[in-house]
Amino acid sequence: MAGENHSPLAQFEIKSIVPIEFGSFDISFTNSSLFMVLTVVTVSAFLVLGMRKSAHVPGRWQSVAELSYIFIANLLRDTAGSEGRKYFPFIFTVFMFVLFGNLWGMVPYSFTFTSHIAVTFAMAAFVFVMVTMIAIARHGMRFFTFFMPPGVPFYMVPLLIPIEIISYLSRPISLSVRLFANMLAGHTLLKVFAGFVISLGVAGVLPLAFVVALTGLEFVIAFLQALVFTILTCLYLNDALHLH
Amino acid sequence: MATIPPHDRDRGDLENFNRRLRQHRSKAAPESGLAQRLKAPPGSLPGLAFRVSVELVSAFAVGAGMGWLLDVWMDTRPFMMVAFIVLGSIAGVLNVYRVASGYGYAAGYREPSDSGSPGDSDRDEG
Repeated sequence: MAGENHSPLAQFEIKSIVPIEFGSFDISFTNSSLFMVLTVVTVSAFLVLGMRKSAHVPGRWQSVAELSYIFIANLLRDTAGSEGRKYFPFIFTVFMFVLFGNLWGMVPYSFTFTSHIAVTFAMAAFVFVMVTMIAIARHGMRFFTFFMPPGVPFYMVPLLIPIEIISYLSRPISLSVRLFANMLAGHTLLKVFAGFVISLGVAGVLPLAFVVALTGLEFVIAFLQALVFTILTCLYLNDALHLH
Repeated sequence: MATIPPHDRDRGDLENFNRRLRQHRSKAAPESGLAQRLKAPPGSLPGLAFRVSVELVSAFAVGAGMGWLLDVWMDTRPFMMVAFIVLGSIAGVLNVYRVASGYGYAAGYREPSDSGSPGDSDRDEG
């Protein structure tokens, strides 16, 4: 294509597919929205079609679907205890959405929506608000003792409470930045090294080998970051269920 | 893998299998230690460095943002921002301390002496 943008960052560009204006807001259906829809469709198809037969002796596909279910169920039980089970549908949805979003990003010419802070922060903020509401619903006003470490001399309290509140409020930021930065850095690095392959001519074999290794690493990171996002959500849920 | 459909099998055999499976699962579950392993600081130094820097910067950003908002609200520019940047930096160090002291990803408040498994549902909720 003529005039194609070869910048390593061009892959993160948001392109409007169906422009929609709502009042003064631009709520166009973008490539980011498209891949989110694709992710939801793939996850649903993966689980619904995989479990279609619900055989006693699962086939390969059903095994993977069951394995992902059991994996997250065990993770939730290990981190948030048996009381966390109520929230399993939410945790499982978060995991599958982030994982499949990351994996969709590994398809050439696709778009990685998890590499946008707007997307990851929206998810992290949702988790944060939800977990805080669960904590307040369960513990009422006692939730606010969360910010008051026990055994602190009283003259330190005015200093420590703002610090604890800032520490608590920084959770959604560190949660979203970790996912976003990993995906952004990984995909940029892939593009940068892929660019070297052509420009170095014969010696381009070296960056090519590196890109192959890096692609493997990116798959690991795609899984790992989805897992980290889920574990953090479970741990925050644990904090909300059992105040210290 | 040659599989015999379960309904062809002896019913008692299947129940026996189910019992053994349950026994095995209940035994294996508590010591799976998946969460413990995942919560430990990562073995790779770049991973740890990245996490520590994210924790520092995010607490700093929250502090600065809160200070700025309070300034706008109370018209005290720039005193609140100065104070909250300091508090945010301290909160960042606190977050890093929590990451480094083995509480892994949990950046919230934890008692340093609380070494119990976070999965204990019967834990004291005080």
